[in-house]
Amino acid sequence: MSASNDSFSKTIIVAVGLCLFCSLVVSGAAVMLKDDQQANKAADVQRSILIAAKLVKPDEQTDFTKLFNEKVEAKVIELSTGKEASQFEAASFNQRQAAKDPATSEKLAKKEDPASIKRKSKFAKVYLVKNGDKIESIVLPIHGYGLFSTLYGFIALEADTRTVAGIRFYEHGETPGLGAEIENPQWVAKWPGKVVLSKTYEPSLELVKTGAQDTNEVDALSGASYTSTGVENLVNYWLGNKGFGPFLAKVRGGQHGV
Amino acid sequence: MAFDKAEAKSVITTPIFDNNPIALQVLGICSALAVTSKMDKALVMSIALTIVVAMSNLLISLIRHHIPSSIRIIVQMTIIASLVIVVDQVLKAYAYEIAKQLSVFVGLIITNCIVMGRAEAYAMKNGPGMSFLDGLGNGLGYSALLMSVAFIRELFGSGSLFGYTILEPIRDGGWYQTNGLLVLPPSAFFIIGMLIWALRAWKKDQVEAA
Repeated sequence: MSASNDSFSKTIIVAVGLCLFCSLVVSGAAVMLKDDQQANKAADVQRSILIAAKLVKPDEQTDFTKLFNEKVEAKVIELSTGKEASQFEAASFNQRQAAKDPATSEKLAKKEDPASIKRKSKFAKVYLVKNGDKIESIVLPIHGYGLFSTLYGFIALEADTRTVAGIRFYEHGETPGLGAEIENPQWVAKWPGKVVLSKTYEPSLELVKTGAQDTNEVDALSGASYTSTGVENLVNYWLGNKGFGPFLAKVRGGQHGV
Repeated sequence: MAFDKAEAKSVITTPIFDNNPIALQVLGICSALAVTSKMDKALVMSIALTIVVAMSNLLISLIRHHIPSSIRIIVQMTIIASLVIVVDQVLKAYAYEIAKQLSVFVGLIITNCIVMGRAEAYAMKNGPGMSFLDGLGNGLGYSALLMSVAFIRELFGSGSLFGYTILEPIRDGGWYQTNGLLVLPPSAFFIIGMLIWALRAWKKDQVEAA
């Protein structure tokens, strides 16, 4: 190595040149692979819905897109009324983008925001799993804050809208081994059959530390109190009147049946 | 650039048994513990690391005469980090399931001591061709150990290899009682320890002076 390498100007030139080159390589790769990555993500969301609705087992491999198109009907609904919002195309509707757009979302005051989501889309995409004309289960997107990150998932309800058919979180950034255990199949298996809406259809889920006894109780995750509380709050929020409550009432009334 | 065939061969093969980055230098243990519960995960991790070490050695060696010594570590890190991000992006595009399971560990290749160690110890002093082979050799050494550990852990921990059932576990109606400890990361510690013991019993010159 010659001494001139350590001169001030050479150091700057090498640093800037290297950074430019590396940023080109990295951004080039990101742009070129974006389409494939998004297709993977979309397929993974479909798979999560199918798993939450118990149409496939978590480790089963099959043509998810085909099964999804056969069995599942996606609808965009207006949360406050529960009516179908036909101005949106179900295939292209993106709830996360809608939550950012002032025209389709609202800011939540702290008191009205138990799930800590800050902005809520006024519309949401729901999935009806049908067998012929009969609704078998209703899959609803849910999200809210855990300890470190926003948890994104789906909860599937039986046709009575009160009983859980399944739950699955597909995106989060919680601590591996603690909060990230929300993905643990053994814990997920505790959910089906739980009755999360009371007889008057009020959200009544509780995550308890002392061993679940009643049908509205699920064991909390040990070592993950904040994540467990987050899950409890977000499920109750989304199934309540501010969330999918009006829509679920319409489903019970038979208005989304056919 | 002198290119000696015998030397090239030794550069590739020594890191596998004689100077294994994990077994002798005891580097890169963190990822070896985390990704060895299944063979397919370990294989993808091995390929990713081998590509990163080989390419970073090549690139660093190419510009080694122009790297100011005051910022050489940063320069190496920038190159390694860029390569790791590219590998991570490719995995997310073409091996999404595995990429999801490997989660942070692909990103953590950036801080893997093997990559930094080879860049600083070899690529800064040798030509690009040999540096590339040195990276390849060390990547293969890492892979060999990772695959051995994953083989033991998956076969006896889950009764399968690459996801195919070999020993039918009791919970699926078979006869094999799976060893729960082998599914957990600490078991990799014991297995690596025993592999190091076996290796040093075979090659006595690797035993450190007490």
